[in-house]
Amino acid sequence: MTPGLAGFIASGRDEAAWEQSVVDVLAALATEFEVVPDRGGEPARAARRTLLDTFDWRLYRARLTLEYVARSVGGEFRLADHTVTTTTVNGVDGARGVDRPVAPSLITQPVTGWQAGRPHLMCEVPDGPVASRIGDLVAPRALLPVVTVTTAATTHRLLNQDGKTVARLQVERPVIGGQRSGPPAPPSSSMGGSALPAWGGAPPPPRPPPPPPRGPRLSIVEVRGYPGQARRAARLVGAAAGVTAAEVPTFAEALHALGRRPGDYSNKVDTDITAAQPASQAAATVLLRLLDTIEANVAGVLADTDTEFLHDLRVSVRRTRSALKLFGDALTGAAASGAAAVLTEEDVAFFAAEFKWVGDLTTPTRDLDVHLLDFDDTARGLNAAKPDDLEPFRTYLEQRRRKEFRALTRGLRSARLTELRNGWRARLTTIKDGNPGARGTTVRSGQGRQAAGGTTGTLAAERTRTAFAKVARRGAVITAESPAESLHDLRKRCKELRYALEFFAPLHDRTAQAKVVGELKRLQDCLGEFQDTEVQIGEIRALATAMLAAGEAPAVTLLAMGEVTAGLVSRQRAAREDFGRRFAAFAGIDGQRRMSALLRGKSGDGS
Amino acid sequence: MRIYAVYNIKGGVGKTTTAVNLAYLAAESGLRTVLWDLDPQAAASFMFRVKPKVKGGGKALIGGKRPLDDAIKGTDFDNLDLIPADFTYRNMDLLLDAAGGGAGGGGGDAPGGKPARKLSKLLAPLADEYDAVFLDCPPSVSLVSENVLHAADVIVVPLIPTTLSVRTLEQLADFVAEFNGRKPQLLAFFSMVDRRKKLHREITEKLIVERTEVAATAIPALSVIETMSLERAPVAVYAPKSSAAKAYRDLWAELRAFGQQPSS
Repeated sequence: MTPGLAGFIASGRDEAAWEQSVVDVLAALATEFEVVPDRGGEPARAARRTLLDTFDWRLYRARLTLEYVARSVGGEFRLADHTVTTTTVNGVDGARGVDRPVAPSLITQPVTGWQAGRPHLMCEVPDGPVASRIGDLVAPRALLPVVTVTTAATTHRLLNQDGKTVARLQVERPVIGGQRSGPPAPPSSSMGGSALPAWGGAPPPPRPPPPPPRGPRLSIVEVRGYPGQARRAARLVGAAAGVTAAEVPTFAEALHALGRRPGDYSNKVDTDITAAQPASQAAATVLLRLLDTIEANVAGVLADTDTEFLHDLRVSVRRTRSALKLFGDALTGAAASGAAAVLTEEDVAFFAAEFKWVGDLTTPTRDLDVHLLDFDDTARGLNAAKPDDLEPFRTYLEQRRRKEFRALTRGLRSARLTELRNGWRARLTTIKDGNPGARGTTVRSGQGRQAAGGTTGTLAAERTRTAFAKVARRGAVITAESPAESLHDLRKRCKELRYALEFFAPLHDRTAQAKVVGELKRLQDCLGEFQDTEVQIGEIRALATAMLAAGEAPAVTLLAMGEVTAGLVSRQRAAREDFGRRFAAFAGIDGQRRMSALLRGKSGDGS
Repeated sequence: MRIYAVYNIKGGVGKTTTAVNLAYLAAESGLRTVLWDLDPQAAASFMFRVKPKVKGGGKALIGGKRPLDDAIKGTDFDNLDLIPADFTYRNMDLLLDAAGGGAGGGGGDAPGGKPARKLSKLLAPLADEYDAVFLDCPPSVSLVSENVLHAADVIVVPLIPTTLSVRTLEQLADFVAEFNGRKPQLLAFFSMVDRRKKLHREITEKLIVERTEVAATAIPALSVIETMSLERAPVAVYAPKSSAAKAYRDLWAELRAFGQQPSS
């Protein structure tokens, strides 16, 4: 029931300066309000606040901050929306409006029985305004407790002429070792945090030195129905000496103390490779980034925190395999150079086979995840059958998933995977950390293969061009009569091209890249719809047969599964009909021009 | 969301005092609570230091031009909001009749018809936001009171310990019994009880035993309660350890338990 907050930080150098700032703020507020300390100015009992977000920071990236505040009985979700940061105030006599900062809007929801120390899927989050706002954004990921901070707040009520509280000033100080503090302590001691969540994440990096201590945080809390008074109070606080707007979110320091930062995980292949860099180093850099992502997701998969850990792990494995296919030869350049014999062609083939093993290990569980994630929508979409008719199918899928998941965890915990991870990292690190001898080395004979030993720019241009040519050539011969396999094969070539574009993205002009990727993505979506429905149709048939054999297939369930299959066939047909248009948009004359512009632009070192 | 209406046909029986104290205690117990001051005299708004003014007046609110949500003001207390009174509420009968289609609406003014259920409709959107709603009603028998009785889950009836009070309670019970469909529960309690008066003692003791709808808790006549209008706060805020505060806490506990019983 609290509509909004405006935050500030006392920005002086030491405790005395901070406390003087608080005194100045109170004096400024007293010019327009009667200021009354709550509880005689004594700080309230320390409050534990836990920042919640998904592993891939979906809320943070959507400019939302969700925290759970523990109370003596139950607790509360507080969701701050930072998407609107300014408002335009109309000027006098038609003068141009002025942009003024606005406080983030705040949605609160009381919650009982929330276990702040463990992850929760959205289906476990109680209904309410916060759940409604974040549901579509978060699912199917779990909400994880990212970090917990403990603070003690002193509250001052701001009264109007009737003695009515129209806003509140909250002064928050971190709690140190169970004692309320005057001066803030280093964040590592004042901000308790979960260093390595068991539900996901790679081992945390070494803790960086603590940031310089900061003063207390001051917030103006709006009382419902009195927004004007809160705005006036925020202006008075903002104008006081030694106070700055709190640009750093409350949890930033605690995260820093844990060696983390908001948005520190993404499944994107974001590297800092350059066109002039030896190709071998860039290849190792990209592959190390992919290995980081694979490793970051292993714990989350094992804990079965949410389905997207496995999805991200699989994508990174697939990207690794594509990268080895696209430019694995660049890694063997080090051996050919006469520098450290890091990788031979046989080694690359070995690692490619090992990553295929990892990919295959994950496939059965992921396929079942896809069925289960789509299950409710599929059930709702039935026309003839009732959603409940499908329930035995769901039960069967869940049983199968439990079985496949056990096999998956055995593989992920195996010595084979540990050796693969460690060996792969050691080899890549050696290459990345420098083997200038690789520059200019010819690895294999044959046109185009010289790029593997050259610069990254040359490699990127040559491999991307080849990947595009493959897509254009194979797509052009597909007709309405072509078998499904030809579309499946084209989809794989499109993925390789997409990965090549992503791996070498730092070398390309952003606009040119976005244009090419945009059309490619639409073509991929079309091919993906075609292939996924093909796979699902086959799987449902196989599952129906297996259920029948196991005596777990009521007639109504089989009928409902038949209806689901019919729906998939209809979707597949639509995708097939859409293919020609999508392919022409990507690989036609305009598409070829876009790709040429991309490769000519900033794609290489002048080649 | 549970709706409690504090109602009596008679004035001066302690309705506003009851509504303010019970709403505060409900909020204090953790329930998200809103109190709607329906009395144009605006005593509850005064107690919470909120100006008795609603943008667009009762007409905009009852007519649906302005959502009820817009009129809500936060009080000084956690979990407790207020919908203030407005002087235009003195015409609320007419407003409800017009909004419900009664005036020229073709038969909408039949007993228990659309105009009698308008408040209930207005309150429905608050269900996501609040656990408890208290309605502080003006003393009368009118379309406003009929609306209140239809909207409420529990009618809280303050009674002065007089022989006529029994008659008042019976009249109200008969009226509610005639409702079609869902009927609110009735919980009466004795208010302003002077233990020094023999008549007060006899009536309260007798009726508490005889009538199941009369609460075991009685609120004594105490000067600390009368000072509410000076303190402009619930008793439990400025005199938390007083016997008056304790009596209201007992009454809230009884009401909460009573409110959880199934409706008759």
